[in-house]
Amino acid sequence: MIENRPWLTFFAHVVLILGVIVIAFPVWMTFVASTHDADTMLRSPVPLLPGGQIIDNYRVVLTEGFAQASRTPLWKVLFNSLVMALGICIGKIAISIIAAYAIVYFRFPFRMTAFWLIFMTLMLPVEVRVVPTYKVVADFNMLNSYSGLIVPLIASATATFLFRQFFLSVPEELTEAARVDGAGPVRFFRDILLPMSRTSIAALFVIQFIYGWNQYLWPLLITTKEEFYTVVMTVSRQANVSDGVPQWNLIMTVGMLAMLPPVLVVIFMQRQFVRGLVDTEK
Amino acid sequence: MHKRVTFDDKLLPYMLLAPQLFVTVAFFIWPSGQAIWQSLIIEDAFGGNTRFVWLANFERLLTDSAYWHSARITIFFSLMVTLIGLALALLLAVMADRTLRGATAYKTFLVWPYAVAPAVAGVLFGFLFNPRVGILAYWLDRIGVDWNHQLDGNQAMWLVIFAACWNQISYNFIFFLAGLQSIPKSLIEAAAIDGAGPGRRFWTIMFPLLSPTGFFLLVVNVIYAFFGTFGVIDALTKGGPGADTNILVFKVVNDGFRGSDFGGSAAQSVILMIIVMTLTVVQFRFIERRVHY
Repeated sequence: MIENRPWLTFFAHVVLILGVIVIAFPVWMTFVASTHDADTMLRSPVPLLPGGQIIDNYRVVLTEGFAQASRTPLWKVLFNSLVMALGICIGKIAISIIAAYAIVYFRFPFRMTAFWLIFMTLMLPVEVRVVPTYKVVADFNMLNSYSGLIVPLIASATATFLFRQFFLSVPEELTEAARVDGAGPVRFFRDILLPMSRTSIAALFVIQFIYGWNQYLWPLLITTKEEFYTVVMTVSRQANVSDGVPQWNLIMTVGMLAMLPPVLVVIFMQRQFVRGLVDTEK
Repeated sequence: MHKRVTFDDKLLPYMLLAPQLFVTVAFFIWPSGQAIWQSLIIEDAFGGNTRFVWLANFERLLTDSAYWHSARITIFFSLMVTLIGLALALLLAVMADRTLRGATAYKTFLVWPYAVAPAVAGVLFGFLFNPRVGILAYWLDRIGVDWNHQLDGNQAMWLVIFAACWNQISYNFIFFLAGLQSIPKSLIEAAAIDGAGPGRRFWTIMFPLLSPTGFFLLVVNVIYAFFGTFGVIDALTKGGPGADTNILVFKVVNDGFRGSDFGGSAAQSVILMIIVMTLTVVQFRFIERRVHY
């Protein structure tokens, strides 16, 4: 502390606590809604404190599903989200790390062309090319499949840049030593570079897991069968049913389950998360 | 760009690049090329005849008042999301930076909204402000505000702005806090010894030193508001009521799948592509400069 100004420190705490309350409030209300029965949630004003229906609501949603928009038990939907998130996450890291390795450690014709082609992906978000991308996926026969959910999203300029940046910072002497010892490119990558990249991989894992889990437009486009729905699109569908009385308690239970995995990942891997966020944007 | 010491395999680098390049070309470059091509032709309804029409699709689009309406509200929306999001995040970051030991604890409580999907954020805010059961709609009603974002376009716009800000604030906070914590303490101490108070120190030292971070965040937030908010809009308002929250990114997706006007929607795609390319280049230009500090 530079100087002691108790009132200013007090003021800082007040602002921060207010900030935390405002930011947490929507999630608190979601949690509260997921612990009451349907009738309570239709009487305004809705309660501000949790009720006693929590186990029932989660059991119904997870194992039975409910009539609005989707009758699939949510555990199947959560499983789809998990497959998609992990698939995207691992796929992105895997193809980016080898691409970055090729760009940094080899000299070959069209190296820069490849680099720029990868860079272009940053500039082409799916929203600006929906219809033609949909056609490509349909032509590959990948509608309503896990590969359709995963493969088109695993190209990643940010991950490639991050690994490139990291490889460039690895001392040349290491490569020289490895070559003197007779290690080829594959061996050098596997035994030296890959173990050294651990922290970068962990940081990327957190960021890309959240990215994959939170995909919305993409699964919305390419899935028409309920067995491939993801949880984020499910909760949005359920909240927007126009017919019938919305069962807010169950909808918000689904909302809780849609938020929980990525939020837990962020909270428990906070250091990697902040690192990943700051590093991938550098 | 690359190492002094390199390996000299001929085939291996291409094999290593192949998966990434395949995905990039098949799902990014090729469809984007298609969109550009589509924007220059007119196809009859059965896909039989195609006619090359140069920029006629763009002309039609740019004389369409619905398109300009969408462009205007997009600008308002992006401006508000960016300004409110940055201002609040900066305030929280400055306060957290001040409370030394508290900073880490508060950080834990402030970073996680980043992990909530925009579409889920939309659902949460839709519930809070639901005219029938939403607790905030109820409180607003008690103080005399008749809240119904399903009918009132203005309220709908502010609602999507709030939801988008809520979703983005932790991102801004993390970068601002990192920026603040990297300012050398000696600078601030020196200013304090010279008699500058906290307010003066903020405006004359911390704020200018934060400006690179601020500018970076500005660009990232505009990109987010333009392209990352599809989920918020789709879960909350579906562009309505009327077309009052029909921002460009929502319009392009909606028109692309609903309408039969492929040329017009492709022209919209191309315009958005140009916008996102410009923003990305600005962002990278800036980052490259920052690296040499």
